[in-house]
Amino acid sequence: MILGQSSSSRIVSHAVLVTGAIIMVFPFLWMILASLTPQSEIFDGSLLPTPTLHGAIDNYGTALSAIPLLRFMANGFVVCLAILVLQIAIAIPCGYALAKLSFPGRPILLVGVLLGLLVPVQIPTIPIYIALAKSGLLDSYAALVLPWIISVFAIFLFRQFFVTFPDEVLDAARLDGFSELSIAWRIMLPAAWPAVVSFSIFSIVAHWNDLYWPMVVITNPDMMTASLGIAYFRQAGEGAGNVGALMAGGVLVTAPLVSFFLLMQKHFIRGLVLGRH
Amino acid sequence: MAALDLHIDDIGKRFGAIDVLRGICLRVAAGEFVTLLGPSGCGKSTLLRIIAGLERADQGHVRAGGRGLDAVAPKDRDLAFVFQSYALYPHLSVHDNIAAPLVMRELSSLERLPVIGALLPGAIQRKRSIQERVRQTSGLLKLDALLERRPSALSGGQRQRVALGRAMVRKPKIFLMDEPLANLDAALRIHTRGEIARLHKEMETTTIFVTHDQAEAAALSDRVAVIFGGELRQVAAPADLYREPVDLDVARFLAQPFLNELAVAAPIGGALMIGGSRIIIRDALGSGLAGTLAFRPEHATLAEKDHPGALPVRVTRIEHAGIDAHVFVDAEAGAQFVARISAERARSLRDGDNLGLTIDAEQAWFFPSNGSRQRGDHSGAA
Repeated sequence: MILGQSSSSRIVSHAVLVTGAIIMVFPFLWMILASLTPQSEIFDGSLLPTPTLHGAIDNYGTALSAIPLLRFMANGFVVCLAILVLQIAIAIPCGYALAKLSFPGRPILLVGVLLGLLVPVQIPTIPIYIALAKSGLLDSYAALVLPWIISVFAIFLFRQFFVTFPDEVLDAARLDGFSELSIAWRIMLPAAWPAVVSFSIFSIVAHWNDLYWPMVVITNPDMMTASLGIAYFRQAGEGAGNVGALMAGGVLVTAPLVSFFLLMQKHFIRGLVLGRH
Repeated sequence: MAALDLHIDDIGKRFGAIDVLRGICLRVAAGEFVTLLGPSGCGKSTLLRIIAGLERADQGHVRAGGRGLDAVAPKDRDLAFVFQSYALYPHLSVHDNIAAPLVMRELSSLERLPVIGALLPGAIQRKRSIQERVRQTSGLLKLDALLERRPSALSGGQRQRVALGRAMVRKPKIFLMDEPLANLDAALRIHTRGEIARLHKEMETTTIFVTHDQAEAAALSDRVAVIFGGELRQVAAPADLYREPVDLDVARFLAQPFLNELAVAAPIGGALMIGGSRIIIRDALGSGLAGTLAFRPEHATLAEKDHPGALPVRVTRIEHAGIDAHVFVDAEAGAQFVARISAERARSLRDGDNLGLTIDAEQAWFFPSNGSRQRGDHSGAA
C-alpha cells in the first residue's frame, strides 16, 4: 500500500475510477452484445441485449454480405499504412534538420511548423479538394493519402525528441562516414523509436477512424475506408435500420485497432511517459 | 600504415565578438604525440574540432602530409576522434559500434541491407574482413567478452575502450582525442593513460591529445602545447616546460600545485633585492623592469633563521603529502611562500617556528610584467 494513504480513501478513489471506467466501456459492451443479438430482440426493454448464436450468425453474415466490409477494411489498412510510412519518411529528416542542422531560416521554419499545428484540417479542405479534383485524383488512394503525408505534429514531436540527442554522437558519425541522411535514418530513427511508436498509434487511430476526409473525397463505394463504409451501410442498402448488423460491422471495424493497441500498449505508454530515451 | 605530419598555420576563430583562437601555428611531426594543454575555455577543444573539420576556422590552414584539408569533409580527412563523452551509438552493440566506421566506408548502401546485402558479389568477403578487424581491435582492447552489449550496459572505462576501438579500427593516420580521460575515476584514469601510451607506441599514429590536466600532458606527450585565451604560448617537451616556462600564466598553470610569486620592483645591477638579500638569477633582467620573481616550492629551502642571506619567515601551516610536505610560511611585509621539504624534516617543524627561507636561484624565474621571460646566458652562481 502507498504510504500515507488510508484504506478508506483508496476505496473512494477506486470507486470513482471504476464508475468512470463503466461509463466509458458501457457503449462498447452494448455494441458487442447487440452485434450478437437478433434484430427483433435488441430493444426488448432490458438494459443489455441477450446474445444468441443465431443472432450472431445473422448479424455478422449481413454485415459481411450486404456491404463489402472486408474491402473497406483493406482500403483503410492500405491508406493508414501509406500515410504512416510517408509521414515518418518525411518527418524524420525534417525533425532532424530542425533540431540539429543550422541553416538560415531555421527559426522561421520551426515557427511555421508550430503554426501548422494550430490549423484544423477543415480550413484547407476546399483548396485541397479543388486541387485533387483538378488533378483527377478524387476517388483514389492518392486523395486519401496525399493530404496527410506531411504531419507537422510528427515533425514537431521528432524535433523535440532529437534536440536532446548528444551532438558529439553526430560529430562521431560524421567522422565515421555517415551522410546527414544516413545519420537521420541509422542513428536518429532508432534513438527516437518510442516516439515513432507513439506517433504511429496516434496516426493509425486518427486515420482509421477518420470519417471527415474520406467523405469529402470518396464517392465510389470501392474506395471507401472502414468508417465511411459503416456510415454508408447505415444509410443505404439492406443495412439501413438493421441495428444488429450495424453493430456487427462496428465490432469488426474496431477490432483491429483495439488488438493493435493491446499489442503495442507497452511501447505506447513508455513513449508517452519518457518523452526521451 | 604511415603516420602523417600535421601543419597548423595561423588558425583563427571567432564566436561572435570573442576571439576563441588567434594565430595558432603548430607543426606536429609524423608519429608524434602532442598535447594541447590549457584551462577550460582556452580554445583547445575548438582547435581540435577545426583539425577534424567539425568546425570551420575563420582564418588559417590545416595540412596533413602536405595535403590541404580546409576543403576536405571530416570523413575524408583520414583521422579519428575520441570524444570526452565517448559518443557511442546508443542503439548499436559494442561490435557494431566498432564496426560502424568500416561499414559506412567500405560497404555501399545496398550492401548494408540485411538480406539483399548478402547476395551481392564481394559483400560477404568484405563483411568478413570487417569482422576480422573488429575482432583484432576488440582483442587489443580486451573487449571480446562485451561485443554483444549495448553501451548503456557498460561502465565508463569500458565505454572509453569502445570509443578508442572505434577510432583505431580503421587505422587512421591521425588521432585526435578530446579529454578522453576526464570522465574516469582517478585510478582508471592513470591506468587508461598507460594504455593510451602503449597503443601510441605500438601504432605510432600521430596523436593530438587535449587535456587540462598537466600531469596527463606530462605523462603522455612528446611535446606539450600550452594554450591560454586562444593563444599558443609555448610548445615544449614536458621536462623543458617544467624547467623553462615562458611566462607567468604558463608557470602558474604548470605549478603542481603551488607556485611562489613575489612582485619585485626594478632590479638593480643584474640582481634582485629580497628582504635585504641580493639574489642573482639566470634570467636576463632588463634594466628598470618591474616584474614577478617565481620559483617552485621544491626550489625553496628552509634553514635556521639567522642563516646568511636567508629571508626571515614564520611557519603558518604544514601539509603532509606522502614522502614530501608543503610548508606554508609568512615573510615580512605580508609575503607568503610555500616550501616543499621531506616529510621527515617537516616532522620537526611546528606552526609559529621562525626560520630562514633560501631560494635556489638557479631554478628561479623572473617574469617582467610587460612580457615574456628573457632567458639569461649567465649562470646564477656569479
